[in-house]
Amino acid sequence: MNAVAVAPAREHLRRTWYAFSRNGGSVVGLGIVVAIVLLTTFAPWLTPFPRHARAFTDFEHAGLPPGRPYALGTDTIGRDIFTRVVFGYRFSLLLGVVVLTAAVPTGVLLGLLAGYYRGWPETVIMRITDIFLSIPPLALALAIMAVLQPNLQNAMLAVSAMWWPWYTRLVYGLVSSLRTEGYVQAAQIVGASPAHILLREILPNCLPAVLTKMTLDMAFVILIGSSLSFLGLGVQPPDPDLGTMVADGAKYMPDLWWISVFPGLAILVVVLGFSLLGDGLRDVFGVEV
Amino acid sequence: MSEPLLRVDNLVKHFPIRAGFLMRQVGVVRAVDGVSFSLSPGETFGLVGESGSGKTTLAMTLLGGYRATAGEIWFRGDNIADPVARRRRPALTKEIQVVFQDPGSSLNPRRTVRQTLEVPLRVHRLVSTHGEAARQIARLLETVELPAEFMHAFPAALSGGQKQRVAIARALATEPSFIVLDEPTSALDVSVQGKIIALLLDLQRRLNLTYLFITHDLSLMRNVATRVAVMYLGKLAELADTASLFGNPLHPYTRMLLSAIPVVSEAEERLKPRWVVPRGETPSPARVPPGCSFHPRCPDAFAVCPRIDPVAASADGRHVVRCHLYPGCTPAEVADAART
Repeated sequence: MNAVAVAPAREHLRRTWYAFSRNGGSVVGLGIVVAIVLLTTFAPWLTPFPRHARAFTDFEHAGLPPGRPYALGTDTIGRDIFTRVVFGYRFSLLLGVVVLTAAVPTGVLLGLLAGYYRGWPETVIMRITDIFLSIPPLALALAIMAVLQPNLQNAMLAVSAMWWPWYTRLVYGLVSSLRTEGYVQAAQIVGASPAHILLREILPNCLPAVLTKMTLDMAFVILIGSSLSFLGLGVQPPDPDLGTMVADGAKYMPDLWWISVFPGLAILVVVLGFSLLGDGLRDVFGVEV
Repeated sequence: MSEPLLRVDNLVKHFPIRAGFLMRQVGVVRAVDGVSFSLSPGETFGLVGESGSGKTTLAMTLLGGYRATAGEIWFRGDNIADPVARRRRPALTKEIQVVFQDPGSSLNPRRTVRQTLEVPLRVHRLVSTHGEAARQIARLLETVELPAEFMHAFPAALSGGQKQRVAIARALATEPSFIVLDEPTSALDVSVQGKIIALLLDLQRRLNLTYLFITHDLSLMRNVATRVAVMYLGKLAELADTASLFGNPLHPYTRMLLSAIPVVSEAEERLKPRWVVPRGETPSPARVPPGCSFHPRCPDAFAVCPRIDPVAASADGRHVVRCHLYPGCTPAEVADAART
């Protein structure tokens, strides 16, 4: 009874990795995500033709099939598809990170308040949340984009505006059950402030679920962003975006198939990576989202 | 008896049942329905009852977790029934603390023992510096017989008994005079239960604590409580000194509970009241039977029981019972009406 088993950090890490890696898919997901992050971070040095990322024409090499030196072929104005896919990932990740950075704190805070303060705050916040959740996300994004200028900033704004309610609902559900836990009641009885109870006692116990959902949502946000670009409402040319590239290449199917197939596969890979990683985190944390 | 530390006067806590789109009130759960008792300093007041009898609701109302529907809670001359007014008086919240049943849920899994114990000290400004907090936490751990290294541990690394010791340390942090023990040992192994009880009794003696001890373990109650109240569907059925309650149970419900205690020896068996076969389940507090709420399960029920709710009465001023079998429990005017 005098020996307390304070597990050293390394031991903890080893166990976490064991739980995570028991599912082969999550390791693959982690690999994909790490590879894409590295690739986009060092894109100017890792791609063969960084200049092709923006406005550039080279009609001599236009519409070449995959081969050397254009691993994934070139588009109709001679730009290297591989280079543009890597730079396109930059916009995908940027969209995901910005949207989640805006949506998650908002949604989590509202969820904390709605779950903790019963009565009118709960009713107001949750009914507004329900209204947002009842609108199909792409339709809402399209409506916002129709009013605003189609560009990346507005795409981020539109997607953020419809993403926070999911976090409100997730955290609301968690708080509703956590608020009856003994440690929350003990903190209330001892007179701790609501800020302490919400941020120090309750929030840390919501974070595993929120983190898991964020990872899974990276995939969905990227998908939605690509859909908007595909419809011409997201990233505008000449900036490379996977959705835009698929749309451009569609006109030349099936003869110049590589122009849209490779960006399409690229979307598939990044979405798959984040989904698998999210599933792995869900197993490690043992949460439902 | 000296001046009571805590006096509960006709305390009522009802929960509305809401249903439908407009959340209209369609009924009421009578969790606590007119409870009165008082606690002397230094005593251990036992509260027994089945699940759903309202023990925990009563405790949470005393602790300020719920706003009382009606009635008064007097603590050393202050009415503390309004939780909002009470929160404005840290000196009061400091005096009344709690230890919960489930040690697994009573400690935050994401905070170390030190972080958990620091909260009451910081809230009530009992320490000002980091080092002072660490020293105070080490002292608290020593009080509950845990080594100081435990402050760096997360609850997951502790056993059930150790967690419960930390929970006791947290309750002691503000140096309270009154602690509600809500089934503090019922989630623990039998071998650990004894140690925790011994610790609690030792602390009571050393720190002059008053306990409200909630349990459904009657054998335990007999050993620790000075007085015992039996609760049934939000009301007290019987309240007496421990020896008197166990030696001479008056209420049929108390007899039913006592006869259900498992025993191992014949000597113990002889101590038990005549065998009363427990029958039926506790009705839902949302649908309390009319008259005496115990009458559908009572072996001694007679004509008046389903019609009239008895009142509490005592023959000797100490052993209080609320049952029509005893004089004074049937409201006088009703008794007259029944006779004519």
